[in-house]
Amino acid sequence: MNLLAVEDLSVEIGGAPVLRRVSLALEPGETLGVIGESGSGKSMTALAIMGLLPRSARASGRALLGEVDLLARTEAEMCAIRGRDVGMIFQEPMTALNPLQTIGDQVAETVRVHRRASRAEAQGVARLTLERVGLPQARFPLDRFPHELSGGQRQRVGIAMAIALRPRLLIADEPTTALDVTTQAAILDLLRRLVAEDGMGLMLITHDLAVVAETASRVAVMTAGEVVERGATREVLRAPRHPYTRTLLAAAADRPMRLPRIARTPLLKVEGVTRDYPGARRGLFGRETPTRAVRNVSFTLHAGESLGLVGESGCGKSTLTRAVLGLDALQGGRIVLDGEEIRAGEAMARELRARIQAVFQDPYGSFDPRWRVGRLVAEPFHVVDDAPGGEARTQAVAAALEAVGLAASDAGRFIHEFSGGQRQRIAIARALIIRPKLIVLDEAVSALDVRVRAQILDLLDGLSTRYGLSYLFISHDLHVVRAVTDRVLVMRAGEIVEAGPTERVFSRPTHPYTRELLAATPVLEMAG
Amino acid sequence: MLGYVANRLASLVASLVVASVVVFAAIEVVPGDPASYMLGMNATPEAVAALRAELGLDAGPLARYLGWVGGMLTGDFGVSYTYRTPVSGMVADRLQVSLPLALYALALSTAIAFPVGIWAAARRGTAVDAGVMGATQLGVAVPNFWFAMLLVLVFAVNLRWFSAGGFPGWNAGVWPALKALTLPAIALALPQASILARVMRSSLLDTLGEDFVRTARAKGLTRGQALRRHALRNALIPVLTIIGLQFSFLLAGAIIIENVFFLPGLGRLVFQAISARDLVVVESVVMLLVFAVIVVNFAVDLAYAAVDPRLRRRV
Repeated sequence: MNLLAVEDLSVEIGGAPVLRRVSLALEPGETLGVIGESGSGKSMTALAIMGLLPRSARASGRALLGEVDLLARTEAEMCAIRGRDVGMIFQEPMTALNPLQTIGDQVAETVRVHRRASRAEAQGVARLTLERVGLPQARFPLDRFPHELSGGQRQRVGIAMAIALRPRLLIADEPTTALDVTTQAAILDLLRRLVAEDGMGLMLITHDLAVVAETASRVAVMTAGEVVERGATREVLRAPRHPYTRTLLAAAADRPMRLPRIARTPLLKVEGVTRDYPGARRGLFGRETPTRAVRNVSFTLHAGESLGLVGESGCGKSTLTRAVLGLDALQGGRIVLDGEEIRAGEAMARELRARIQAVFQDPYGSFDPRWRVGRLVAEPFHVVDDAPGGEARTQAVAAALEAVGLAASDAGRFIHEFSGGQRQRIAIARALIIRPKLIVLDEAVSALDVRVRAQILDLLDGLSTRYGLSYLFISHDLHVVRAVTDRVLVMRAGEIVEAGPTERVFSRPTHPYTRELLAATPVLEMAG
Repeated sequence: MLGYVANRLASLVASLVVASVVVFAAIEVVPGDPASYMLGMNATPEAVAALRAELGLDAGPLARYLGWVGGMLTGDFGVSYTYRTPVSGMVADRLQVSLPLALYALALSTAIAFPVGIWAAARRGTAVDAGVMGATQLGVAVPNFWFAMLLVLVFAVNLRWFSAGGFPGWNAGVWPALKALTLPAIALALPQASILARVMRSSLLDTLGEDFVRTARAKGLTRGQALRRHALRNALIPVLTIIGLQFSFLLAGAIIIENVFFLPGLGRLVFQAISARDLVVVESVVMLLVFAVIVVNFAVDLAYAAVDPRLRRRV
């Protein structure tokens, strides 16, 4: 008997279909992975099961939880079911908790909404549940507020809220996507343990094939609002039948063939760099002791090389990046680009500025939405003395857009007309147009879906060969770094703990932290 | 929490010191000599000089500043040039009207704005929402003196429920005094309530879209419960800011309404004092208003901390 059976679920929003006859089944104690890229309808499926679709949405079909068709329940009946029979956890632990309520109250609320429990009883359940998810009383008392916890700890609170009443079904929508790799491993462990202990069914929604491979016994692959393939995880990953699943798997395994570069000319030299952040203000004039975000970091990036910088959030990699780009003044050490020192805090020579460009993570936030693409791409010309004007400038923009696989005519469009992957191409075109020697890629592919990511990585690889570019590739994603870099630096707590050729570091890590990172990274076993 | 309060208090004192210097300096550069103003066009230079000495205007700026601040700290605000009575008494009399009026108007404004703003946000996109938005637009646009005259016409002239103006004083009893303040308070509250309701609505709509409201719904809370228990308190910060600004405005900015209803309030006092170059009164009232604004800001800061635990950093 199925715990959950979704049958022919279709959803329309404002007349446009977003789900087409989706069918899924889940048994007690089983984990079903729902895989898909953004916009594939996987979150919409979860919201339909929860009865939390947007008001303009119309659903048809059935979603049976045991004998009960969730789609046919009234709102009041659904309120009684949500939290009691079905729990749900969300992607963003930083915003999924109410910042003004203690974690104890928020977990206890699940109990109090559904049962006639006194405050003390509900707090008792909250205490036990928080201990179950690995937040013991001694270190995490109930009166803690969310801002006093890390992302992983907050996600544990979110899980505690969802499982406080031991629901039969738990829906986890990208529960680890916003977390670091070691935290992700711990949260996935926790979910596996809870499923085993309570015999819940877990519907795990994710874009990450490796996470599903490690956690789910069965998998459903969604694209464009449809389930295109379903089956045992092992079978689907080993012998995918649907072409879409095959492209997805190929993209996840994609590794551009990097030819070893032999140039040994240093391009960027970072020597003993130290960066402090001033402490929080205390009173009118006082400050707390400064935080040392980067301590005594040295490395060299050679011309034509692709150098990776990996580390978890808070390790100082973004601070180091800002220093390399000359955005913040240093507290110690120096940074030399192409023989000239980058003196941050002072006006950087335009001519030096033109040799280094950057591409950032957020393909939505890094463009002015009111500018046309042509103007956006041409923007770096203001640091060049002999910038082309008129027809020559139009030509240069067209060439840059074509180099990244877009059309010259795209110059006349606005940024909102493009997808995330296309926007990242535009960002690369913008970096490329003044022919810099070094491009800093700060989590540049982290927000992209797996197929798009593979395309962008291929593009970057081609461009570096064509234009002799060097990359400083900053990422928390070890797969990506392994795929596109020649050498890699591993950063932790402001220091570089390991450095070396990428393949050597990944296959024979010497530092315990590197080993820990690698062990925590989910692996997608690909049968040949 | 204690650290936060001490920090806010320190900034309160610093603001007061800076404000007193600015007020004093501003009055210094205002053209017009009070002594010659008081004695009229035909006064002899000797008489003006004698009066200047008597008023203490011939001392240096620093000495006068210190004397002024020292006096204020001991409750002595000086003597009005024109009325020849202590300023503290005059200001106290006016405050008996202005402070209750401001509080009355603010209470009305909040009492109207909260339910209306919440109602509109909860019914977003419906006729209710559209109606509220239209009505508040009108409330902001209608000049309050015109609305005040309308109130007088309807409730004082036609229905005779209220008197058309004047203030009987608190000695006549609390009820008659409050009754006299009711129409002015309504006239003052209407535009404020309209602004506040719009802020409440938009702030609540923002928080209703937050992830934690979705989390609350996933726990089994109804839409209304999620709004009351989670969204509302998170929506309060911008609303508190506006309430603080409105109180300061109501205290000093009621001059037009005071004139319509013949109320002896602070606004009219300042206006008269400025026209008569009664600098002692102007200085004192301005400083008092600055003090009120700063204290209200302090109270708003404390309210922020009461609402938001992230501001009460553990010390």
